[in-house]
Amino acid sequence: MSGTYLGMPAFPEAAREAVRDGVLRANLRHATHTIRGKRALAVAELADWDRLRAAGRAVKDHTLRHLDRYLLQLEAAVTAAGGTVHWAADAEEANRIVTELVLATGERELVKVKSMATQEIGLNEALQAAGITAYETDLAELIVQLGHDRPSHILVPAIHRNRGEIRDIFRTEMGRWGRPAPEPLGDDPRELAEAARLHLREKFLRAEVAVSGANFMVAETGTMVVLESEGNGRMCLTLPETLISVVGVEKVVPTFRDLEIFLQTLPRSSTAERMNPYTTMWTGTTDGDGPSAFHLVLLDNGRTDTLADPVGRQALRCIRCSACLNVCPVYERAGGHAYGSVYPGPIGAILSPQLRGTADAIDASLPYASTLCGACYEVCPVAIDIPEVLLHLRERVAQGGPVTRDGIRVRIRPAHGHTAERAAMRAARLLLGHPGALRAGERLLARARRLRPRRLPGPGRAWTDSRELPAVPAESFRDWWAREREACR
Amino acid sequence: MSSRDRILARVRRAVGERGPEPEIPRDYLRVHGVRTPAESTDLLAAHLAEYRAKVHRTDEDGLPPLLTRLLAERGCETVLVPPALPPHWLAAAAGPVRIHDRAASTPSELDRVDSVVTGCALAVAETGTIVLDGGPDQGRRRITLIPDHHICVVRVPDQVVDSVPQALERLDPVRPLTWISGPSATSDIELDRVEGVHGPRTLEVVLLGAQ
Repeated sequence: MSGTYLGMPAFPEAAREAVRDGVLRANLRHATHTIRGKRALAVAELADWDRLRAAGRAVKDHTLRHLDRYLLQLEAAVTAAGGTVHWAADAEEANRIVTELVLATGERELVKVKSMATQEIGLNEALQAAGITAYETDLAELIVQLGHDRPSHILVPAIHRNRGEIRDIFRTEMGRWGRPAPEPLGDDPRELAEAARLHLREKFLRAEVAVSGANFMVAETGTMVVLESEGNGRMCLTLPETLISVVGVEKVVPTFRDLEIFLQTLPRSSTAERMNPYTTMWTGTTDGDGPSAFHLVLLDNGRTDTLADPVGRQALRCIRCSACLNVCPVYERAGGHAYGSVYPGPIGAILSPQLRGTADAIDASLPYASTLCGACYEVCPVAIDIPEVLLHLRERVAQGGPVTRDGIRVRIRPAHGHTAERAAMRAARLLLGHPGALRAGERLLARARRLRPRRLPGPGRAWTDSRELPAVPAESFRDWWAREREACR
Repeated sequence: MSSRDRILARVRRAVGERGPEPEIPRDYLRVHGVRTPAESTDLLAAHLAEYRAKVHRTDEDGLPPLLTRLLAERGCETVLVPPALPPHWLAAAAGPVRIHDRAASTPSELDRVDSVVTGCALAVAETGTIVLDGGPDQGRRRITLIPDHHICVVRVPDQVVDSVPQALERLDPVRPLTWISGPSATSDIELDRVEGVHGPRTLEVVLLGAQ
């Protein structure tokens, strides 16, 4: 993954900052609770929801187990339909491929459909370095781009901004990127959307190159699928001469028929609608309709490493609906930026440390950014057991062990900062293995209970930063048990 | 080693031995509920309206005057027509100027057109969706995108299916497909739904069949 977020504080520090921000918390609470309620209604309309969920999970698992075969089938189908397929092992390679393709057109600007994959690889920054300007065209992404900000939600990246903040961003920034915002500009969403329409329309109508991701790719037919609401996707996917799609290898599904599952579960899980306003499907190029050149960049960037972990690989089933963000009590309070990744929330907490490894403090802290309440698993339309993967990753962070990095099996060491935890576990093992020592220790502790400090010294301090040290009972359980049994005789 | 070979090799190492696979369960429903063709059409109309598309019903004779009225109500002066739109649909003498989408016409030229009238490939009742597949009565994808007003004619009950699974089995994936459920909308500002931003802000669907 790109180094965009180097220097990012670990989750607990970032979250502590975020929860102090009252506006942020109010914006987030309003948004997540609204969409959460609507989603439950949309899902309840389908009597076969559980069966659709099981089928979606099975299709994804099956595809992942035969990913090599389906990628080759996809490549053949896209090529036969007039497209060109490129393979990118990491972010750098993907960025280089896209940059070269754009430079070859002679263009120095392009329009973009909202895409998690291109955010993940830091494509806009890489293009900028090559003198190419990439314009985000999704309204929320536009707000983020104009605000020199980072996205904080998978579906609604500007969820952390309210209408007043958005008006201020449009007023000061639109003119620097193109058509300025109309004066005067109020903060009514309708007025703000109209300003965005005018600002972006001049870009759509002259764009020669577009970059997108895709929600699904069909191996059997080579069909690409993009779901959206605004029509900015349709603009980018059909008006320019050249279309470049950067898509994670896990987005492939075997057959056109498989879409019948995901076209039912994705919109209801993400925007809580029966169907999103616009879905575009295209297969290679079509004479006289849409781009005359289509390039597909298949992106690995840590996905095959994730696939190598039998527990963690289920994260690759993710269809990026963001339902898990909207139900998560931790996300609701901490906000998306605290996760230090383009993938925030519960899915980000399991995806980022797998795609990027756990070497950075932020990535090592993400598996702990959860209460393990299980709400994320309940709403997941492809049944990813996020709590299971979180526990698995916590174990990896604390204990170290074998992982695959860049296709190679390596053994990682326990992450820094977990030495106290391991020392405590070793001590516990020792004590529990020696009943006499345990009893003596317990009695000593009971007698010294008045001296109990509120906070632990030394390496235990971090633990008591956010917790009270439990009270020590006057008598240990074992002593109580022995006494009671004595009394019964 | 090329990145293609490297990625494929990594996949093969990652998944290891591949034993027998469980079947993918396909016991989900093909359709949610049993409906007569008339009921399916009613459901389509209800769901389209819920997503703020304007729904009209008429028969073959009523279609030309209805289209004339809908275009006049918006003060439409120019209307885009796909190459094989049935000529009698816009037969009324004093109508807006018809514009044809030519290969040479630029997006900016199309941007100056007021409205577009098309047919469709099919419509999905359970989701309130119309699907265009670039057929001769629908034209290229861009003509239903750039003008601010789209009138789409659906032949009922022939072009109405109940569900997404039924829709997919009737569509040809090789054709460029556009699924439209209500007009363009955004909820990016405080999750307030706003119609418009980029696609047509007004979608009118005419259900064409025996009255």
